[in-house]
Amino acid sequence: MIAFLIKRLMHAVLVMFVISVLAFAIQDNLGDPIQQMVGQSVPESEREELRERFGLNDPFLVQYTRFALNALQGDFGYSYFYREPALDVIALHLPATLELVFAATLIIVLLSVPIGVYSAIKPRSPISKFFMGISIVGISIPVFLTAIVLIQIFSIGLTVSLFPESTAWGSWLNGFFSTEGSMPSFGRGDGTVPVFGYWETNFASWEGMRNIILPSVSLASIMLPLFIRLIRAEMMEVLQSDYVKYARAKGISMRRVYFVHALKNTMLPVITVGGVQIGTMVAYTILTETVFQWPGMGLMFLDAINRADIPLIIAYLMIVGIIFVVTNTIVDLIYGLVNPTVKLTGKPA
Amino acid sequence: MTFKKTLLASVIGAALTGTALLPTTASAETLRIGYSADPETLDIHEQLSGGVLRFSHLAFDPLVRWTKDFEFEPRLATEWEQVDDTTMRMTLREGVKFHSGNDFTAEDVVWTIERLKESPDYRGIFEPVESAEAVDDYTVEIKTSEPYPLLINIATYIFPMDREYYSGETDDGKDKGEIEKSGNSYASRNVSGTGPFQVTDRRQGVRVEFERFDDYWDTETEGNVSRIELTPISENASRVAALLSGDVDFIDAVPPNDLDRVRDADDANLIEIDGTRIIGFQMNEERVEAFQDPRVRQAVDLAINQEGIADRLMRGFANPAGQLSPEGYSGYNSDLTPRHDLERAQELMAEAGYEDGFEIEMIAPNNRYVNDAQIAQAVSNMLARINIDVDLRTMPLAQYWPEYDERESDMAMIGWHADTEDTANFFQYLTFCRDEESGAGQYNYGGYCNEEIDKLVTDADNETDLEKRNEMLQEAEAMLYEDVGFITLHWQNLAYAAAEGVDVEPVVNAIDFPYLGDLVIDREDDE
Repeated sequence: MIAFLIKRLMHAVLVMFVISVLAFAIQDNLGDPIQQMVGQSVPESEREELRERFGLNDPFLVQYTRFALNALQGDFGYSYFYREPALDVIALHLPATLELVFAATLIIVLLSVPIGVYSAIKPRSPISKFFMGISIVGISIPVFLTAIVLIQIFSIGLTVSLFPESTAWGSWLNGFFSTEGSMPSFGRGDGTVPVFGYWETNFASWEGMRNIILPSVSLASIMLPLFIRLIRAEMMEVLQSDYVKYARAKGISMRRVYFVHALKNTMLPVITVGGVQIGTMVAYTILTETVFQWPGMGLMFLDAINRADIPLIIAYLMIVGIIFVVTNTIVDLIYGLVNPTVKLTGKPA
Repeated sequence: MTFKKTLLASVIGAALTGTALLPTTASAETLRIGYSADPETLDIHEQLSGGVLRFSHLAFDPLVRWTKDFEFEPRLATEWEQVDDTTMRMTLREGVKFHSGNDFTAEDVVWTIERLKESPDYRGIFEPVESAEAVDDYTVEIKTSEPYPLLINIATYIFPMDREYYSGETDDGKDKGEIEKSGNSYASRNVSGTGPFQVTDRRQGVRVEFERFDDYWDTETEGNVSRIELTPISENASRVAALLSGDVDFIDAVPPNDLDRVRDADDANLIEIDGTRIIGFQMNEERVEAFQDPRVRQAVDLAINQEGIADRLMRGFANPAGQLSPEGYSGYNSDLTPRHDLERAQELMAEAGYEDGFEIEMIAPNNRYVNDAQIAQAVSNMLARINIDVDLRTMPLAQYWPEYDERESDMAMIGWHADTEDTANFFQYLTFCRDEESGAGQYNYGGYCNEEIDKLVTDADNETDLEKRNEMLQEAEAMLYEDVGFITLHWQNLAYAAAEGVDVEPVVNAIDFPYLGDLVIDREDDE
């Protein structure tokens, strides 16, 4: 176990090293940060002076060594735009992203397990077919579009006049499909409550919850269908296995067979995939946060790219690298807990 | 700003909003803004950008400001006169207070001008200014090294800062007045201006909050905004959605695709303004020999259908241009209209010996100007009809400028707004013969060089007889039109949108800096 963690720690160091080298190697293609700092009419001589001051004219190795030595002491450089240490900027934006991912994960877990299990148990029921159909649609719509549609329906409101207003059923249908649109369309709102340090939470007030619903639903929309289908497929396979048949033959109640015997084994691959997907979800937040102006890391990263804020870009990439390593490690640990036959060792088996 | 201060400010603000000391009956109102960008810094001399200048008009006041018709409106300067060819005397408003409580005097103006001359971004604009001197508490004399007719134009950039507040040292021994690019200077985090609004809270890139300044000097204004919440929303679709859903009251830069949607919305109004930013193309004469021939340049100009682009591609959201200066500028010449004549263009190509055309590379940004990449695509197609084969590359802004500075393509798109709101500025940056030393023609991508035009514009800039100066600049426009040193496409419009009852029309202008201190909000459901 200890050996396993040490091995993972070394993984993390390696990942950060590789990311930092790659990020440094491409920084010239990310744009000219000086261009973002000065007015259009500022002469070249002034720009050159700034470039010199920020050390942008030094050769690659000099720049990288300087960065690496500072990074070893926990200093990832200053963000050009925020005028603060890059790590502080990320720390400032991290809570918003984590809360968003958490809310989306919650939605996914609460919906995918019952729906997946149900459609595995009753694959022929119309409800199952309906969910399978929906999930195909859901998986193929980009997050960006989902988000815009959600905003149109629930924030701006929709006035449907498709049906004849003069008839009673027409006006009822029109009213039924039209929406009021009172949900907040962007940001975290005024309902955030400070927890500690940089952390302000959206979960502590009704106002805050209202703000997180649409972004988390749109973030969940891409993963939810995947998990429903995954759980359904795994469950169906498990239901065919001998031990389930044996359990049924023994006369154990169906409920117990489904939710204790079968579901446990279904969850094994789901946890593995889920862990990896949480990392991927951090990446998807870039789109969701942009549309909803959610002040998290994703929005911050996209802005940093537009502004060629190189220190912040590099720090972000390294932090996301660590998040991936950490989530994978946690997944492996949980896997070991759920399935004791898996041994975590530092040596190859 | 510390939490305590913020709390104190909001308590004071809350205590006073109830008794809003305003001449009108309208109640105090909160304005929620969704701009495409927030101010990069609170130090108004650190960066010359739209975001910072808009902020300057909130927390500070200029000496004079532009009206909608490009006239000068007195603000902190009440009168100005030219004492001799190189000296201007300005009388300052009395009884003005800074947010810190200090009194505003001529010393503050002198200090501000000296600081502007230190600022990398403003040094260029204030180059002609030699010195400023306080004659008495409310009179200041500004001297230029040579006669300079645009002194009053650049006075719109003088937002007096609180000398006393920005003098001295911070706890860690740094000069409070220091200008530090992308650094953590005192002035980039602390503000004391004379403007209608005080910053009460700020999280960079997330939100800025303002309260109306209780001792604001302009008590005549009908403006009744007591609180501002500014959220940057850079994504176009989200910004529009935020307005339509009623989460913000006022947005800038409505994208052309959403113009109709906003126009048709029940509780939102669209305000369109003719802009002053010229969009055009530059031909690289150093790489393509053909472009050195005026006939080929004319052919390119004739092949491009400016009206068509403004009409169909921009959906009327631009004014087709035949010259650099928009209407209202000193050098605007009403004779110069866009040309489009494909047959004549083909003839000219044949005359110049390029009947079979040639191949060129073109670069354009894809997120800087309205529909920039589509415009470049349309222009490429139009050039194909005179057998110029275009290999177009478009890229995001962050990559575009470094690429542009390399000057290693044959044709490049550029948009330019004159910082001085004056014709000469266009020429000096876009078409002057390149000179690395003086910085002339810094954005002359193609290396176009016409010394006659340069001389005319330079002379005009030392001409204090404004009528004569206008004529000279109009002549320069005509010469550039004839010689096609720059392909003008259009002036891109500005579009704002506001919620019903938020009457922004009177306070927005072509310069793109809304004067929100004067904004009147009259929501019906308030009563």
